[in-house]
Amino acid sequence: MFWQRRLNQHPEFKHGLSDLAPQAFGQIAWALMTGVALVKSGMSVFESVAMTLCVYAGSSQLAATPLIVAGAPAWVVLATGFCVNLRFVVFSLHMRGYLMHLPRLPRIITGYFTTDIAYVLFVRRFSHPEHTDEGRLAQEAYLAGLSLANWSSWMLFSLLGIALANAIPTSWGLGFAGILCLLGIQCSLASSRLRVLASLVAGAVAVLAYALPLKLNIVLAIAVAVLACLMMEQVKAQKAKPV
Amino acid sequence: MNGVTFGVTDAWTLWVIFGLTVITAVTRSFFFLSNSEWHLPHWAQRGLQYAPIAALSAVVIPEIVMTQGALIATWQDARIFAAAVGVVVYFAKRDVLLTIVLGMAVYLPLHLSLGW
Repeated sequence: MFWQRRLNQHPEFKHGLSDLAPQAFGQIAWALMTGVALVKSGMSVFESVAMTLCVYAGSSQLAATPLIVAGAPAWVVLATGFCVNLRFVVFSLHMRGYLMHLPRLPRIITGYFTTDIAYVLFVRRFSHPEHTDEGRLAQEAYLAGLSLANWSSWMLFSLLGIALANAIPTSWGLGFAGILCLLGIQCSLASSRLRVLASLVAGAVAVLAYALPLKLNIVLAIAVAVLACLMMEQVKAQKAKPV
Repeated sequence: MNGVTFGVTDAWTLWVIFGLTVITAVTRSFFFLSNSEWHLPHWAQRGLQYAPIAALSAVVIPEIVMTQGALIATWQDARIFAAAVGVVVYFAKRDVLLTIVLGMAVYLPLHLSLGW
């Protein structure tokens, strides 16, 4: 990773840093807002700092926070975080070809630091995995540069947001910015009709089943929405078949 | 009191944070955790398409349309207006940050001056 000399002395490392810089700039407000939203939705400062430093996944942090504050059981919080993070599972399938030559632990550490932005920039620069040692080193160095720039700017401004949050009264309702952020990401994922359906079904079920204990309405909503979409796929596929 | 609160930290929340950290690492390296090549069953691969948006919607929608466990009975609620503006802004500009900024620009005046 980015602390290794063999990577951060490589010229590709600097390319990674500079390709990420404009993105990091755009991310400043988002990171600030996430920090403010964590504290303003009811987490303690220590919890917010610990979550920021460890979890390093804005959307899963924002989705988990209302559940933690509502006292949902741990498995419900973790299952929700897992589902929100499932897009990374898709990225990891793509990244596999670039990383399998590394031993397991460095692979997992690299994966942990590969956020949405880093993934997108990385596969844009290297559309195919290299097969020579030299090429692989260049790819690894570039990814390390992206990761360092992304991680450090995210941490700096999230922590600043947490610090600023204490100066703002909770009654202003700034925690709502976190919900708007998730809403924006939700819209960005609505790229097909069935995904829109998933969104509508999950929202409706989560509201209708709100009275369920332990925030189980969230789990039920995800399960019903995914099943409904898989069934709709089947129906569509059967209609498409020539009789 | 100076109005600054640091909240109460409890061990349970710290465990959950640890769990979420493991989930970040596991999801981001899902397909290269194992040394051997393997595939998800077809239904799980398809399910991956829908689960993230469903999870977000399940968290977000109740936070917008419910108060203390009941559907809101009034239209005088800053959240619905802010969310509606947010959705329109997103689909017009495809920018999450702008969604947040303009959504809050609707939310804060309604919430702070009218108490919605």
